[in-house]
Amino acid sequence: MQYLHNIGTYFLMIIELFRKPTKWSVMKELILKDIDDLIIGSIGIVAFIAFFVGGVVTIQTALNIDNPLIPKELIGFATRQSILLEFAPTFMSIIMAGKVGSFITSSIGTMRVTEQIDALEVMGINSLNYLVFPKLVAMAFYPFVISIAMFLGVIGGLMACIYGGYASADDFITGIQQEFEPFHIVYAFIKTFLFAFVLATIPSYHGYYMKGGALEVGEASTTSFVWTSVAIIIINYLATQLLLS
Amino acid sequence: MIEVKNLHKSFGDAHILKGISATFHKGKTNLIIGQSGSGKSVFLKCLLGLYDYEQGRIEYDGEVFSNLSEDKKRDMRAKIGMVFQGSALFDSLTIEENVMFPLRMFTKLKKDEMRDRANIVLKRVNLEDAHNKMPSEASGGMQKRVAIARAIVNNPKYLFCDEPNSGLDPKTAIVIDNLIHEITEENNITTVINTHDMNSVMEIGDNIMFLRNGLKAWEGSKDTIFKTDNEVVTDFVYSSNLFKKVREAILREHS
Repeated sequence: MQYLHNIGTYFLMIIELFRKPTKWSVMKELILKDIDDLIIGSIGIVAFIAFFVGGVVTIQTALNIDNPLIPKELIGFATRQSILLEFAPTFMSIIMAGKVGSFITSSIGTMRVTEQIDALEVMGINSLNYLVFPKLVAMAFYPFVISIAMFLGVIGGLMACIYGGYASADDFITGIQQEFEPFHIVYAFIKTFLFAFVLATIPSYHGYYMKGGALEVGEASTTSFVWTSVAIIIINYLATQLLLS
Repeated sequence: MIEVKNLHKSFGDAHILKGISATFHKGKTNLIIGQSGSGKSVFLKCLLGLYDYEQGRIEYDGEVFSNLSEDKKRDMRAKIGMVFQGSALFDSLTIEENVMFPLRMFTKLKKDEMRDRANIVLKRVNLEDAHNKMPSEASGGMQKRVAIARAIVNNPKYLFCDEPNSGLDPKTAIVIDNLIHEITEENNITTVINTHDMNSVMEIGDNIMFLRNGLKAWEGSKDTIFKTDNEVVTDFVYSSNLFKKVREAILREHS
């Protein structure tokens, strides 16, 4: 019953987000700050992870192709498919659930504990709109981060392929271009938008409705990471079933 | 003026407020005192509209708060200033930005005008040199003064303070008490303070309401609280050794 109550509260929170909007001059600054914190601040770690995981995907693929009849272009093809379809949108989002999600939960949770949210409410400000809506708008730029992850993942694969001596650059690039399906990009970005919504709202929910003190802020961050990851995995399954099957 | 009539509030089976009626006067510092768990904080949060209540009514200058539309409630809240127990300053804003916050949300003033107004108020609370500091860089007493500045910057009609002296040394506590008292008189606002600090009672208690187990046990002022025969109040007032000895000295003098 508690789960149903939490899900209901989550959807009521989504509705409340759009009521009594904050003044645009204030909201504009909040959105820019959240873009800086959530999007710009994530680019470094995303670029680093994407580049090296792209390289690892390439090495693993190359090491598992021991049949001389299989063309070397398959390394580039497999790297592209893995990164574009799953690694960049889905697994990067799970990593972001840890980075961005715990940041959102702990920052809103700390505001709850230190009565800052009560201070907003007493002033007659819709605290959900003030705190969560800018994060939702900022996360609309999340596909930009995933584009970088896609690009650098493939570049990382190319580098690993060339410097590891698994195939020539030509073979890898030919593989990348082989049987390219533009809809796969659409599919990846539809998923990314859904994950962005989840990444902004589930951690906000856990921070906003938390009760207790500093210890509970930590617990809320962990719970938020778990539930955001679960939601991403389930949405990933459903989106794949609906869009690709 | 704020009038409360027969206020009841429960959390599950726990009946916290059991029919409290009170009047908080304009231009006076109205104190709510009582032991921890007596229902002071819940009562204050009901007044502020942070908690819904089951029964009773709260009137702000004749307007019933719970009957107002959402928009009117919002307008009403813009007339309320609140000083929280932990100050509740926004961590990400400087002291000046914290004070400017209500102006940014509720007025159409230009940024320079807001800054001027904030600096006037900061000067009023003796913090004219601290406007660029972050709240984390300010001491407890400074944070309380910033919270007071933020609460009064938009000329509120009602000022609420939840334990404004908690965690402060006695000297700073008196400064904060006097500041609130002066601001209340200067601006002719209705101030309600939740406290269990007897020094505050002695300094600024124009009207005092004593709560016990969710009921109003006594009502009076700083002049009458030390003369009352109400055992519940005397038990609370003279619970500290200091006040006990003062009372013994007074009684000795009288006898």
